[in-house]
Amino acid sequence: MNDALDVTLRLLVVFVVFLTFPLLIGQTEHKVMAHMQGRLGPMYAGGFHGWAQLVADGVKFAQKEDVVPTGADRRIFQLAPAVALLPYLLVLLAIPIGPGEGAVGEVIDAGVFFVLAVMGVGVLGALMAGWASANKFSLLGGLRTAAQLLAYELPMLLAAASVAMAAGTVSLPGILDAFEWWWLPWQIVGAIVFFVAGLAELQRPPFDMPVADSEIIFGAYTEYTGLRFALFLLAEYAGIVVLCGLTTVLFLGGWHGPWGADGLGWVWTLLKTALLAFVVIWLRVTYPRLREDQLQKLSWTLLVPLALAQIALTGIVKVVIE
Amino acid sequence: MLAADTHGFLSPTGVEIAFFLVGLVTFGAALVTVTTRQLVHAALWLVVTLGGLAVEYLLLTAEFIAWVQVLIYVGSVVVLLLFGLMLTRAPIGRSPDADSGNRWAALTVAVIAAAALIWVVVDAFRTTWIDLDGAPAGSTEVTGKALFQNWVLPFEALSVLLLAALVGAIVLSRKAKADATPAADGGAAGPDGGGAAKADKEGAR
Repeated sequence: MNDALDVTLRLLVVFVVFLTFPLLIGQTEHKVMAHMQGRLGPMYAGGFHGWAQLVADGVKFAQKEDVVPTGADRRIFQLAPAVALLPYLLVLLAIPIGPGEGAVGEVIDAGVFFVLAVMGVGVLGALMAGWASANKFSLLGGLRTAAQLLAYELPMLLAAASVAMAAGTVSLPGILDAFEWWWLPWQIVGAIVFFVAGLAELQRPPFDMPVADSEIIFGAYTEYTGLRFALFLLAEYAGIVVLCGLTTVLFLGGWHGPWGADGLGWVWTLLKTALLAFVVIWLRVTYPRLREDQLQKLSWTLLVPLALAQIALTGIVKVVIE
Repeated sequence: MLAADTHGFLSPTGVEIAFFLVGLVTFGAALVTVTTRQLVHAALWLVVTLGGLAVEYLLLTAEFIAWVQVLIYVGSVVVLLLFGLMLTRAPIGRSPDADSGNRWAALTVAVIAAAALIWVVVDAFRTTWIDLDGAPAGSTEVTGKALFQNWVLPFEALSVLLLAALVGAIVLSRKAKADATPAADGGAAGPDGGGAAKADKEGAR
């Protein structure tokens, strides 16, 4: 195939996934949460079980007035949603969904570093929003976001490093090529640490202290309206897609499955990602919000030591089997 | 730079032009960082500067260093900086008192440091070209091999230094805590001084 056409097609596919998958997860969240709480959830929009609810929400957001507070730092206030959203688009480029070079947006040599680095940049968007809004609630939200990121970045990195050690490479397709089924029990602690730390980085419940609505309205996003607010919400759901996809690729074997790994590898990736996304929603309905000091304690006294123990275990097993 | 033996200085390749343009942007962002009167804007321009440096690393085939640069500096150091600013003082608009009277001394030191660095780099690597056949010189594999075969001792020495700094931070923060009122709050004395300080601040609120 023509090179330019090939690149364009890949970018287009990644972009479409970026626009549709977060909406799918959002709709699933509406319905799953509702049924877990004995409700029906959206039933009218679109006719069949409210499938078009989020489309209707999007239209509603687009119609709202885009307000910038008088005291706000205009340019940074307006730039913040883009900074929060774009990193997830870049990360999606690097996640392989099937075997071979054809099933990934772009093969990146230091893929693990790339995805973690770029995901960290997304948090800058929340910080910028929190500061530029000229609102105390927003500033508190921004502060909590920063504190949370600093605490949870480390265990996430350590857990990812453990997989990279096991595979002997930091390229995401390379890690999948090296994957064996027994990595699952071997790396399970790392997987849980990575997933929990990722949830905290996305500020999903039970780690939603930075946007705790009963205390600080909506944290850094309090002053946002209309499309810019919708972009922040989209960033959250794109973050879920990225986190679940990454956990799948790093710890659950991505396109490997009991059968059909040749032609149907991408189905396995999507299935595992969807399952993890369901767990994310499930956790939101199940657990109450952690207090700020509990958040810090969980990270520094539990997740970091667990991640270090996982790295030690990985090293020992790696040396023994060689 | 890339393919430099076939191209003269006056007929640059696309990569060279990109390198120059990104360099200009980086330099401009760095200048704005130190001259702007708005504290938080300075931190955000620093993000542009550090990001520009990462792009330069990419153009020089040092992919590993580029991503680590983004991970450590943009993802952690700048976030820490913004966190500190927001905790202490981050007014929207200009802060006239944010300037220092030492600007000429600072400028002199900066120019001397830059001149020394440029001179050393040009003198040391004047005739060195990157070999583009085989594995790229800056890829993770090549960097890792060089680090753990030729440079193990400096690497380990650095680790010990960082460990000492970490222990020092814990000692300092614990001492500060003992000096303060012995009020038992829920703050966790985490393995990191910053973590404990943060928990205290949150508890106090």
